[in-house]
Amino acid sequence: MPPSMVDEFAHGNGDRLPPGTARRVYHTGMWLALIAISMFFIAFTSAYIVRSGLGDDWQALSLPPLLWLNTLILLASSYTLDATRRALLGGQREACNRWLMATVILGAGFLFGQYRVWQDLAAAGIFLITNPSSSFFYLLTASHALHLLGGLAALGYISIEALRFRLGPAKRTLVEVTAIYWHFMDGLWIYIMLLLWLWR
Amino acid sequence: MSHGTAAAPHVHQAPTGFWKKYIFSLDHKVIGIQYWLLALTAVFVGMGLSLYMRLRLAWPSGEFPFFGGAQMTPEMYLALVTMHGTIMVFFVLTTAPQGGFGNYFLPIQIGAADMAFPVLNMLSFWVTFVAFVVMILAFFVEGGAPIGSWVAYPPLSAVGAIAGPGQGMGMNMWIISIGIFCLGALLGALNFIATTLDMRARGMSMMRMPMTCWVWFVTAVLGLLAFGVLLAAGILLLLDRTAGTSFFVPGGLVISEQLIDHKGGSPILWQHLFWFFGHPEVYIAILPGMGATSQILAVFSRKPVYGYRAMVMAMCGIGLLGFLVWGHHMFISGMSPYTAMVFSVLTLSIGVPSAIKTFNWIGTMWGGQIRFTAPMLYAIGFVSLFISGGLSGIFLGQPSLDLYLHDTYFVVGHFHLVMGVAAIFGMFAGTQYWFPKMFGKMMNETMSKIHFWVTFLGVYAIFMPMHYMGIVGHPRRYADTSGVDFLAPLQDMHVFISYAAMITIGAQLLFLFNIIWSMMKGPKASDNPWEATTLEWSIPSPPPFDNFGGRVPVVYRGPYEYSRPGEAKDFVMQDEPMK
Amino acid sequence: MALLLALAITGITLASMYYFMPSSGYWLPPFISEYGAAYDKHFMLTLVITGVIFFLAQIALAYTVFRYRGQGGKAQYILGNPKLEIVWTVAAGVIFVSLVFAGQNIWVRAHIEAAPADAIKIEMWGQQFVWYARYSGPDGQFGRTVPELMKESIGNPLGIDPEDPAGKDDLVMPVMAVPVNKPVEVILRSKDVIHNFSVRELRIKQDAVPGLENRLHFTASQIGNYEIPCMEICGLGHYQMRSFLQVKSEADYNQWLIDSAIQ
Repeated sequence: MPPSMVDEFAHGNGDRLPPGTARRVYHTGMWLALIAISMFFIAFTSAYIVRSGLGDDWQALSLPPLLWLNTLILLASSYTLDATRRALLGGQREACNRWLMATVILGAGFLFGQYRVWQDLAAAGIFLITNPSSSFFYLLTASHALHLLGGLAALGYISIEALRFRLGPAKRTLVEVTAIYWHFMDGLWIYIMLLLWLWR
Repeated sequence: MSHGTAAAPHVHQAPTGFWKKYIFSLDHKVIGIQYWLLALTAVFVGMGLSLYMRLRLAWPSGEFPFFGGAQMTPEMYLALVTMHGTIMVFFVLTTAPQGGFGNYFLPIQIGAADMAFPVLNMLSFWVTFVAFVVMILAFFVEGGAPIGSWVAYPPLSAVGAIAGPGQGMGMNMWIISIGIFCLGALLGALNFIATTLDMRARGMSMMRMPMTCWVWFVTAVLGLLAFGVLLAAGILLLLDRTAGTSFFVPGGLVISEQLIDHKGGSPILWQHLFWFFGHPEVYIAILPGMGATSQILAVFSRKPVYGYRAMVMAMCGIGLLGFLVWGHHMFISGMSPYTAMVFSVLTLSIGVPSAIKTFNWIGTMWGGQIRFTAPMLYAIGFVSLFISGGLSGIFLGQPSLDLYLHDTYFVVGHFHLVMGVAAIFGMFAGTQYWFPKMFGKMMNETMSKIHFWVTFLGVYAIFMPMHYMGIVGHPRRYADTSGVDFLAPLQDMHVFISYAAMITIGAQLLFLFNIIWSMMKGPKASDNPWEATTLEWSIPSPPPFDNFGGRVPVVYRGPYEYSRPGEAKDFVMQDEPMK
Repeated sequence: MALLLALAITGITLASMYYFMPSSGYWLPPFISEYGAAYDKHFMLTLVITGVIFFLAQIALAYTVFRYRGQGGKAQYILGNPKLEIVWTVAAGVIFVSLVFAGQNIWVRAHIEAAPADAIKIEMWGQQFVWYARYSGPDGQFGRTVPELMKESIGNPLGIDPEDPAGKDDLVMPVMAVPVNKPVEVILRSKDVIHNFSVRELRIKQDAVPGLENRLHFTASQIGNYEIPCMEICGLGHYQMRSFLQVKSEADYNQWLIDSAIQ
């Protein structure tokens, strides 16, 4: 994307809107995106439940323990992101940047942890096609990771802005909307964990 | 005329370079025209495919151009069936009324300068465009286009080329194209909803929105909820095909004496996911046509929309029920017979909001002063076709009667009339109605009327007889009638339908010519040639880059102030202040 | 234009209705199953009700278009009539939903009631692009089928396991013969993709889905030969995938079983 487009993407067309509208549409847009993403995962969930009740080939997958650590990391990243947002609103630039970096590191750490989980499973001979339960495991975790990667990209963009000292209260919409997305991905992960853990 | 105007901010400047202005434009009007042109291209491709299908059905041993002088094979026929259905449903019925007219007119009708997310808007068009290119390329890969029809039921769609030519690479292309399309549709839906909720001008309450805005809004909600599910289903299908998972493919399949290496999946699961998307998709196709019809009937009857509130509720009711009836496509699939009974009651309940709409359309004209302009003719045609096509749904929605009629030509006749042709008449009406605003020129009235008459009579001649063939029991998706004895007497009717189709398709060339001719030579359109009240008619034709020329419109009235007693004129614009 | 449009709509309506009548020749074939009478009656009821609504709605449209053609006056300012709209809505709802319930008994008999205990069980197997009917033979037991053994080239298209004694007397035929006036239960199976078993004269239809055993039951009441066209798209030969339902007298049916077993 050329810079001008990113600019427009990030700032909205604020100069063509009444004051406050740009901020509102970004919130609305994010909530709508989350509804669409929910439908995507609801479809997977219904397929998961139906498929687990079919045939005699379903073998419950025991969740690798590393997943629980990853879960903690992701939860922590939600906390740090919220701290980022609060620091930004309070105008504490340094604290804001610190929390932001922590969030990026934790988010990347989660993705790396997921990658290790896949590696461990593969080493144990459990692949995408080994069993329908493992198919769904890879499918759900990879779909979630892909979505989280999108969130990480947004955080990366925010970080660049922050390091250039261009992140101020005026840009809080971007941070807020990213935070909503991030928290949602956090909740989605908890949901996926519970699904994989409880419905085996 | 004194238009309500709030404090005007500075005028937003249009980009000047060719690429930013016409290709990667962020202007909703340019994007709307891009969608409209994409759909226009797609509809001629899809129609061309149907012409070849009709040729083969009428003259199975005939040799036609572009097939190397050879007879058309049955697999080629099925590839045409698949691609005709897919292109028409996704790239015409979903694209033109929503992406095209919706993009162009939603912001203007609610008094906004643009959509909420211009960049997303541009992306959703180009994503859709890429999806179309990928879909067309499916014809040219090894084995050609898929032969499993647009519903792509596994295992036929899931086990690869062994199930038939086109089920290999062609099927992969099909799934990838649909997946890309879903992304574009989701981005578009998100944008439409956010725009409707947050970008309305001062005074434009939800209940002051024109019917068209309401349908674009409801359609977008349907799209937002439905396309994610299709995307998920497509990913599962693609994994079954390429990675070797078994979501949809059961174990122990044997094709051409070869054992297929899958186990335990459920073909029915695909049908549930597909139709959970597929049924709302029907309403995504038809709702915008309903909105355009409501709008146009009011304008040219010079009367308010009859029962505006009931119409809005009916739209929302259709949208809601649309998510609860997908099972009626699956009565005979082997799903629980009890479930079928529940789906059937819900399905017939959809008849209720549909009945309200029909009643209110006639009510809108009742007591009016009808002006028989070209857009009005198509809108009246829409009502007639909607009645005809909708009522046969009463048969198909009952599992008892579906026991005989399922997958016969009765179904083909039903859905073509109601979601195919009626929806297309909505687009014809929309094109005729908004052409002056979009291009600043009037369409040629004589050509339009000839096109209307040939098409209106033609589509009835094509699709009514299909119901009769269905009552005899003619199965769908048959390459010809040679394989089954009881079909022989129906061959004459196939020939009749094919002649009717050729004439009707010929008339579409006139429509295309009319568009091109009118763009170049049509008389200049005034700002408000139809004497309509909604905001798009308060601005120049074609509109300036920022729609309202620096003005911020303020709305004082409902959208249908026609023939109001005590007013001097028989219409009052929405942004005209109360006295 | 108004008159022309009104006449065209009226003409289309009348012509459409004319061909929807049984006398047009485009009609269901005579039925031969226990569902037939109820089916045809309910089909007719639905046709009459939708026909009346179709006629009234289209004529109302034609009349309105003609009656209120612009003649230079001022249109009436009508916003709606809630009472009329509610009456119309309720009426439509009642008609549509009661139609479902009126016809539900056919569905219940065909799909919810189980087949009679003494029904003859026949497996109907679909494969691209032929049907195979399997009879259990004198022992009343179907032999086990093994996908690995499904080879037409060695005369075992359904892969009946030679190790399984129940399969020794199984009879596999390209057509389905049934005795007249005897209940039959059809077990639908598929080797490859989804097919659909349908006999117009029986007024029943059901998908044959691989991995599932969908069931149907009927009693055929007329001796004769009836076509079984595949009704679910199954590949390039879909349009030629056909078998026959041969309804025979009991004696002929038994003889057919004996003759077929010898071959």
